[in-house]
Amino acid sequence: MTPEQKEKLQKAKDLITSYRGPRIRIMEVCGTHTHEIFRLGLRQLLPPDITLISGPGCPVCVTPTTFIDEALWLALAADGPRATICTFGDLIRVPGTTASLATARAEGAKIQIVYTPLDAAEYAHAHPEETVVFLSVGFETTVPSSCLALQRAQEYGCTNFTLLTANKVMPPAYRAMASSCDAYLYPGHVCAITGTSIPEQLVHDGISGVVAGFTAAELLTAIAVIVKRVPLGQPFFVNCYPRVVKPAGSPKAMALIDKYMQPVDAEWRGLGIMPASGLALRPDYAAFDARKRFRIPPLDGHPNPACRCGEILQGRCTPPECPLFGKTCTIEHPIGACMVSREGTCSAFYQYGNY
Amino acid sequence: MLNDNEKVTLAHGAGGKKTSELIHDIFQKHLGNRYFTADDAAVLELDSRHIAVTTDGFIVSPWQFPGGNIGELCICGTVNDLSCMGARPKYLTCAFQIEEGTPLRDLELIASSMAETAAAAGVHIVAGDTKVAGKGQVDHCFITTTGIGELQPGLCPSGSRAAAGDAVIVTGDVGRHGCAILLARGDYGIDAAVTSDAAPLWSIVEPLTKIAAPEDLHTMRDATRGGVGTVLYEIAGESGVGIELNSAAIPVDPAVRGTCDMLGLEPLYLACEGRLVIFTPAERADEVLAVIRQTEQGRGAARIGTVVSDHPGKVTINTVLGTQTILPAPGGELLPRIC
Repeated sequence: MTPEQKEKLQKAKDLITSYRGPRIRIMEVCGTHTHEIFRLGLRQLLPPDITLISGPGCPVCVTPTTFIDEALWLALAADGPRATICTFGDLIRVPGTTASLATARAEGAKIQIVYTPLDAAEYAHAHPEETVVFLSVGFETTVPSSCLALQRAQEYGCTNFTLLTANKVMPPAYRAMASSCDAYLYPGHVCAITGTSIPEQLVHDGISGVVAGFTAAELLTAIAVIVKRVPLGQPFFVNCYPRVVKPAGSPKAMALIDKYMQPVDAEWRGLGIMPASGLALRPDYAAFDARKRFRIPPLDGHPNPACRCGEILQGRCTPPECPLFGKTCTIEHPIGACMVSREGTCSAFYQYGNY
Repeated sequence: MLNDNEKVTLAHGAGGKKTSELIHDIFQKHLGNRYFTADDAAVLELDSRHIAVTTDGFIVSPWQFPGGNIGELCICGTVNDLSCMGARPKYLTCAFQIEEGTPLRDLELIASSMAETAAAAGVHIVAGDTKVAGKGQVDHCFITTTGIGELQPGLCPSGSRAAAGDAVIVTGDVGRHGCAILLARGDYGIDAAVTSDAAPLWSIVEPLTKIAAPEDLHTMRDATRGGVGTVLYEIAGESGVGIELNSAAIPVDPAVRGTCDMLGLEPLYLACEGRLVIFTPAERADEVLAVIRQTEQGRGAARIGTVVSDHPGKVTINTVLGTQTILPAPGGELLPRIC
């Protein structure tokens, strides 16, 4: 850290730790923010009047049980395509209604872990004899790479590659959760794609927030700005991550999303169905849409009834208040999605022992 | 004579003429020394009545990576285990399991790396075995090495001897081998100049045997798979103590740091192949650090923390914000095999 950065950090820290006044609730909606906040021990600095709430920022955590059930159907059902499932590693331990992809693998399901969606397209190209489905989860940050994978598969002329989509967009969640907090710590990575017009628009609806980066200095500065602005009583938006987030975002990535995807109503684990909060393939690309192509029957997934992930995602309770947390639900044997994902709130609480 | 494009066949493992050729043209050529024998066992001399023995298997993928290859690794891993016990590495044996179809020139490169590293470590390779497995039964070439070392008087390091008040020292920047391997696999599409830290470490331990009170080297362990973080948790558990790290003092190469930030990895949990973690009383720390820093492999040594009697079995980190957090315990992360 340069002396300049150190001074800035100290200034922000002083402003936060000395705050006394009306309660300020700040919600972070990005798994990486959650993880960094714990890694830095940032919550320990907060005075009693400032609360940090971990919102629905982890794509794995908000993926509903039904989605896992659909993937299992594609991989295993006798009347299904017995597809090879390509997925990010985080997703394989998320429990469906009765099984996870990891347990399905032991039953003979073919599960291939990939690091980028493009790898899934390459896999399909290299294995024309297999039916390959990529589990497309994630927010605006990962959707463009799913679209790129589809584009690559088209270029290859692959007819054995499809996407099972559960992609989400953040704006409806910002609106739905607005009463749970006084200001958002907007996700730096998402805003780098979408730009700042959405949070600017939200100001007109009375919703405040700042875009934050991921270093200690960037996080503290962003929180300090919130602490300074909330008591003034006027809705606000500040871009505290200007080195990465530009007002227009990434028009190229947004155009790619728009070419292949369209908004749909989507289910978020714990939050229910939110209008226009998801992205699904446009009808022109139905041949690449696993739901349409394989006619997945309607499935109605049920999470473990004791699991409180839903409330945790809304900031209505903290992980230690869940009866399963740390007892039957641990990093080694996760029951809820928030414990599975490395970016999940329960996983952060558990790993850093703040309970 | 070897044909440049020749590949290993099952005949190379059948014990006949091809096997003799393989041993003569590659292994004897590079690894031969006065102990290396065609008889059934090597006959050796030792000065000390107390010896240390260790064995380790190596299945790294990819077999070569920036900064080394499996040949270098299979020597470093075993001589470093001996060194950590305060034993001067003397002799090694090696057993190869080679996949059918492996180019002979790859084996030659591996053997020559082994020879070079063994020479640097001052150790003789005295016996070996070669097996050829069918295509797909092993990945390229697996190597198991067994090492014998002579214990040096005065040194008695053990994982259970770390004590409250000890300084925790690492002999260089952390996580470089693991990071180099991850990048060499090309799974992430990240370009960064990271080379493995693989190195034999007796050159660091030997001068430490000559310090005023070598028995004060309470614990020495080489951080391999699982990285420095895993070693710290092992020792905290074995000694029943807590460890407090100072995050700003942990040496991490900027390219490793950048890669870890991008992938959400903790450098303390990435493998090293040329780093020791040493515990010694705080009042000895400066002397020990000075000795280590004079060695070529130990120039980047740093004191990264202190042993405490609080929170036994746990490792905490003092962060740049002045807060204290727990270093998450090593988990069952599905990281690909790397050493």
